[in-house]
Amino acid sequence: MRAEAMTETPMPLWEVFIRNRSGMPHKHCGSVHAADATMALQAARDVYTRRGESVSIWVIPSHAITASDPGDKDLLFEPTASKPYRHPTFYTVPDEVGHM
Amino acid sequence: MIDTTTRLVGAAPDASTAALVAYVLGLADDALVLGHRLSEWSGRGPTLEEDIALSNLALDLIGQARLYYAYAGEIEGIGRDEDALAYLRDEHAFRNLLLLEQPNGDFASSMVRHLLYAAFLTPYLQALAGSEDRRLAEIAAKAGKEMAYHLRHAAEWVIRLGDGTAESHGRTQAALDELWMYTGEMFQMDAAERDLATQSLAVERRRIKPVWEASLDRVLAEATLSRPADGWMQTGGRAGQHTEHLGHLLAEMQVLHRAHPGATW
Repeated sequence: MRAEAMTETPMPLWEVFIRNRSGMPHKHCGSVHAADATMALQAARDVYTRRGESVSIWVIPSHAITASDPGDKDLLFEPTASKPYRHPTFYTVPDEVGHM
Repeated sequence: MIDTTTRLVGAAPDASTAALVAYVLGLADDALVLGHRLSEWSGRGPTLEEDIALSNLALDLIGQARLYYAYAGEIEGIGRDEDALAYLRDEHAFRNLLLLEQPNGDFASSMVRHLLYAAFLTPYLQALAGSEDRRLAEIAAKAGKEMAYHLRHAAEWVIRLGDGTAESHGRTQAALDELWMYTGEMFQMDAAERDLATQSLAVERRRIKPVWEASLDRVLAEATLSRPADGWMQTGGRAGQHTEHLGHLLAEMQVLHRAHPGATW
């Protein structure tokens, strides 16, 4: 039997990503608490796909995500504000191309 | 395929119609009673995630019950709709399995009850999807997919509770020991149901038992739980002889409809 910790230790947090349609990327939609990956998938299915939103689910331990520091906002993101030429708005995309 | 709906319209209820109605009502009552039990968990689940999961399971079962009741009402042909069948029948008219009316108890008990039943119902519905009765086959095909998830969900919990702490292991084994005497009824058939099975309308329940045992044993082994020995089995639900718990369940479930007939949201 496992350690006597299951009821006392808070269950780990998992980030949930769902894909709405084939061909589209998985998108972050929220998080769930669960004891392990299998249970996290089930919880994600029950909490986030109740209205037929999904064709695929990913769950990732929240602690596995390395996030940028909000304090670095200016340093990381501000410089791009003055570089409009990076936006692909100077091209016309034919309708036939669909999602890009 | 026999189209029982058109075959029976306008006909006086004969023995074979009565047998089919009784059989479908049994399936309906099973789904409704267990669905209601799970709905009692709403707002009381051990975690927010599991609270929603339990409500999802309840809604699956209540949805299945509606399909069966609607069909039973049609073949019965005396004007009872799904509401009349669910809300206006008394305890002794209910034909559900005793296992399903047992109180929720703790979370382990509810999950064990669900495992015992889902491990039976999933293969049973797969077989019923091949019924010569087209409506039953359609309902079984839809419900079978839902129950496959129920089985997985309950199995994963039972594995973790059984192979968890001393406390969770003890509670789960106790629930298994307590509920075991209600499992024999799942495999019982009366003469009328046996007759339907001979016509390939219903499913021979004994055929499901080896599948049930195999899937249960797999889960129990991983959960480090021991399967209780087969002892004396409680039966009577199909004949309307229930434990003291069904009356209380029905009182709560039916009170609104009986106090305000035809009430809608």
